[in-house]
Amino acid sequence: MAGKLEGKVALVTGGTTGIGAAAVRRLAAEGAKVYFTGSKEEPARALCDETGATFSKLRVQDAAGWPVLIDEIIAAHGRLDVVFANAGIEAGDGSIEDVSLEGWNGIIAVNQTGVMLTVQNAILGMKRNPEGPTGSIIINSSMNATRPLGNYVAYSVTKAAVCALAKSSAVYCGQKKYKIRINAILPGVVETPLITQIMNAQPDPAAARAMYEGMAPMGRMAQIDEISGLVAYLASDEAGFISGAEIAIDGATTAGMMGV
Amino acid sequence: MELGSQRLKGRVAFVSGGLRGIGLACAERFLAEGAEVVLSDLDAADSETAVEVMGRLGQAASYVSANVAKEEDWERAVALVQERHGKCHILVNNAGIDLTGPVESLSMDGWRRIMSVNVDGVFLGVKHFTPLMAESGKYFRGGSSIINVSSIMGLVGMNEVSAYNASKGAVRLFTKGIAIEFAQKQMPIRANSLHPGFVKTPLLAAGFQRWVDQGFAEKPDDLVAGVVGMTPIGRLADPSELASAAFFLASEDSSYMTGTELVIDGGYTAQ
Repeated sequence: MAGKLEGKVALVTGGTTGIGAAAVRRLAAEGAKVYFTGSKEEPARALCDETGATFSKLRVQDAAGWPVLIDEIIAAHGRLDVVFANAGIEAGDGSIEDVSLEGWNGIIAVNQTGVMLTVQNAILGMKRNPEGPTGSIIINSSMNATRPLGNYVAYSVTKAAVCALAKSSAVYCGQKKYKIRINAILPGVVETPLITQIMNAQPDPAAARAMYEGMAPMGRMAQIDEISGLVAYLASDEAGFISGAEIAIDGATTAGMMGV
Repeated sequence: MELGSQRLKGRVAFVSGGLRGIGLACAERFLAEGAEVVLSDLDAADSETAVEVMGRLGQAASYVSANVAKEEDWERAVALVQERHGKCHILVNNAGIDLTGPVESLSMDGWRRIMSVNVDGVFLGVKHFTPLMAESGKYFRGGSSIINVSSIMGLVGMNEVSAYNASKGAVRLFTKGIAIEFAQKQMPIRANSLHPGFVKTPLLAAGFQRWVDQGFAEKPDDLVAGVVGMTPIGRLADPSELASAAFFLASEDSSYMTGTELVIDGGYTAQ
């Protein structure tokens, strides 16, 4: 496939599995040089072999690690064009009544502070591009930003927070005349390894699958490569007038009311 | 997915308001991607504009003179697409007009007219193309795709723009309604709305000229400068940037997107 991202350098956080891995594959297929972060080394090695991408074992909440990675990318390729802030967790979450402070703080650290650090360091990296500050930053939020889950309070809150982060950063880049676009995408239920694991852990996995599939009027979950189509579009110059947007990709789930 | 990738080969698209602005840009882009395109507008088929544009677009494009507010014109348009192509995968309901002024000064005729074009026109297009698109959509991943052109004025209000606000807001929610309906019935049609900000189109130029005539500004360029100054990206959109969004929504790359609003405003409404 002739790529629409030829000559661009991209970074995907949380790229070892699921939506992140699909984005690594797609961005590489479109011609970008791709870096990705994550914690699972084995799938990371396989993905590097498959796509020619480069893996860095950075944790997104590690503020000190970020400048090192950005320096490494720019030293190797001289630029940074696309950053997909995808890394996120939900482990340790609960309802407002039962979430532990430790669980809450852990999720805030990755999903909110980690995304802030990703966007901050992405902008600092993109400012070093030879032609001046240019690039596209895509934040992976969730439909739960607008339709919060009762049993995942920290997850829901952080996903809403990063939408405001996208808008604030987009407006700021405009004020500074940076040609850096920042958008948030809000996927519905995506059939990731994580969801598969959750379904299979239920007493009745088939019923769990039917429940997830039934959440979207479309009657199915998204496949991971359906999310990377939107990521590739927003990454490209074709989306040059889109910034500060929240884009739902959820099979019409949030277009209407739950369960109707 | 770069320009001219032929990723819409085998598809047929219908674009209303196709002779100028965003509609024309969509038609050009779909053709460049390998689709066959039928476009409609109010101009007579032998008018100077229609002849010039159609001559330039070439053999894969055809034209039907039609008023989107008239149901019989849509019946004729669908019959023509059916006869010429036997299928339709992409519908861009783009034709639109504007109306501005203090609400107490708007005439009932003016209100009816903007509703008839901007709202009735979208409803009728969807109503009459749905059966053909439901059948045609079975054969491609992502199915058929309806792209309704709303506006940021369908998301936020503006001084003396109330009628246009109402019409574009209607397009936004009509789109969500049909998206859910098609999805729940497992009909292979997706439906999404586009929300352009300020785009370099004849509609924008005419609107700004009217404001100049009404004394809101000395010259249209002053209004453009004002808008550009308020837009984080710092410029107007080019119609081709709306066409690239329409192409994305038409392609299988957006196969899980339906009932969504895609805002393309350079960050204007993020502030």
